[in-house]
Amino acid sequence: MTAFLRSLRDKDNLRGLGLISPSLLWMIGLLIIPLIVVMISSVGGRDPDGNVIFGFSFHNYLRLAGYNYDTPCGDVPPPCFDDLYLTILWRSLVLAFQTTALVIAVGYPLAYFVARAPAGHRNLLLFLILVPLWTNFVIRVYAWIMILRTQGVLNGLIGSALGVLNLPFKPLEMLYTPGAVLVGMVYEFLPFMILPMYTSLEKIDSSLFEAAADLGANPLRTFLRVTLPLSMPGVVAGTILVFIPVMGTFIVSDILGGRQVILVGNLIQRQFLDARDPAFGSAASILLMVMTLIVTIFYTRTFGFGEEIASA
Amino acid sequence: MPQFAVELRDVVKRFPGPSGEEVYAVKHVSLQIHDGEFFSLLGPSGCGKTTSLRMIAGFELPTTGAVMIHDRHMGETPPFQRPVNTVFQNYALFPHMTVGENVAFGLEMKRVPKTDIAPRVTEALRMVRLPGMEKRKPKQLSGGQQQRIALARALINRPEVLLLDEPLGALDLKLRKEMQLELKTLQREVGITFIYVTHDQEEALTMSDRIAVMSGGEVLQVGGAADIYERPNCRFVADFIGETNFLRGTVKEQKGKTTVVEVDGGITVRAESENSLAHGQSVTIAVRPEKIHLRPTSGAANAFAGRVEDLVYIGTDTHYGVRFAGDHRVRVREQNTDSASTPLARVGDEVTVSFAEAAARVLVE
Ligand SMILES: Nc1ncnc2c1ncn2[C@@H]1O[C@H](COP(=O)(O)OP(=O)(O)OP(=O)(O)O)[C@@H](O)[C@H]1O
Ligand SMILES: [Mg+2]
Repeated sequence: MTAFLRSLRDKDNLRGLGLISPSLLWMIGLLIIPLIVVMISSVGGRDPDGNVIFGFSFHNYLRLAGYNYDTPCGDVPPPCFDDLYLTILWRSLVLAFQTTALVIAVGYPLAYFVARAPAGHRNLLLFLILVPLWTNFVIRVYAWIMILRTQGVLNGLIGSALGVLNLPFKPLEMLYTPGAVLVGMVYEFLPFMILPMYTSLEKIDSSLFEAAADLGANPLRTFLRVTLPLSMPGVVAGTILVFIPVMGTFIVSDILGGRQVILVGNLIQRQFLDARDPAFGSAASILLMVMTLIVTIFYTRTFGFGEEIASA
Repeated sequence: MPQFAVELRDVVKRFPGPSGEEVYAVKHVSLQIHDGEFFSLLGPSGCGKTTSLRMIAGFELPTTGAVMIHDRHMGETPPFQRPVNTVFQNYALFPHMTVGENVAFGLEMKRVPKTDIAPRVTEALRMVRLPGMEKRKPKQLSGGQQQRIALARALINRPEVLLLDEPLGALDLKLRKEMQLELKTLQREVGITFIYVTHDQEEALTMSDRIAVMSGGEVLQVGGAADIYERPNCRFVADFIGETNFLRGTVKEQKGKTTVVEVDGGITVRAESENSLAHGQSVTIAVRPEKIHLRPTSGAANAFAGRVEDLVYIGTDTHYGVRFAGDHRVRVREQNTDSASTPLARVGDEVTVSFAEAAARVLVE
């Protein structure tokens, strides 16, 4: 701290501080302070009115880890072990991985197709990919109810197709299942994967493909040895852009999963609104953040941010 | 034994133009390139050099006509199955691979065993005089070094033909000159046929065994450096290669090679032509500036009185602009062989310009 203050005697350092101060204030006001508030309440408790009682105990975290100190777990009287919250965390993590993997699988061919399209068509194609974003997020999720419900579009289509073939058909129960949530997530987050992937793919100098072909690589090997590695920065960026919000979102699971599919996002939301236990909600938020951070760090340690390749 | 390393038979390439019409990039080009030859495609920008090269490599397919490599009809054979390799103008090194991986790429694609690849990479890097660079990334190399790696990456495959598209275009003049010599030496060592695209006539003249001069999608003349320089077959070639003076006129008479041409302005010039020309045919005479003299030379077939209009001293030579016979202007280049370095003439001096019959070429339009 004293070193910092001493460095401010230098005019340039002072000016530098002055220049970054608007964003610094922004960061402090909207990120650092709220984060500190959440951290402090996460180690507090709750009074009967749903206010935070400040204190210092880890019982919120213990509760998340399965330590149940007030209600019975089935036949076992408290204190006992209850895996309710761990299941939710695990489910969220698995769903986030599944969503990311599916978004990559669906998004990559699309991004590749757009990047390889004639230059004049690319903007139109990108525009078409972005058009759905003009509709509100929640409305787009609701649209999936129309598609997936028992009397919905999809069942209707399958039913009439089977009807033509004279086969019996019992409408499928698709809504309010983990599958429905997965489909919704993939749909919602696809553009966030396609855009960075497209940018990466489009940036690859086409003479590199020709060089690979010239050296005897057929199209598949050219793809595996040149295109794929050079587009990794986009895949990495897209993964981070998709994985982090998917870990925290609660709207898709709320609408398409109903009471069946509860994720960390839903848990946190309910603690703050329905259960009126902001302290416990804060603890869950911190845990979510830490988990996301660990996965992201682990991921970027393995794959890098791709900056080395990207700047080549 | 195949007759030619590469043969283009009446190759035409058309591209769809901006407003739907077709544009010709290459018009009816026929070329025969011999084994082990250093062959250059020379011509101004947009004349179809790159397109011709890309059709040999397989990146473009001819609209009509055939590309043959060692008597094999290439047809629609894709690039990765053709026995040629290319050195690209921008090098096109793979940025995510090390130099060693770049150079090894072609052999890996041919599924050469790993144990055989490493020594060949070492050998290829030694050949381009960059030994021990395997671990570097292309980004960590200078332009000239990247150029050599691109060369090593292509040559390691021992292609039947190496295609080079202005490979020295991005280098500075000094490095360019060095690389020209090096490339030529390397080509002699490996004995592979090189097809070299350039728009730099000096480069083509220094390096090539034979040159094809192209313009507007057509090959105008094919020949050795001296052929093309001394015996251009048309005005474009004479003009594009080196400096030339042109005199327009009509044929008065022809005896064997000797052709007497009446040049506009009332003088007659004795020139050489291998073609038989009709009386009264309009022609152009080309004379190189270094073949015109200001000193009176005995026995010169052509001598005219003129006046020096300007003079440029450039060290080894002095260039004079001389006006004669009314409206004709020629550039004359005289070597500064005298140690006193006193110019032969000054601006405004009356001089005699003279040149031999063999120095004047008759070009038919
Ligand atoms: N893919 C293409 N589509 C349309 N026109 C093309 C295409 N490639 C080349 N052309 C046209 O064909 C002509 C010959 O081009 P080419 O690239 O072969 O010229 P070049 O001799 O290599 O010129 P430079 O010295 O500038 O490289 C040019 O007029 C060019 O505009
Ligand atoms: Mg070119």
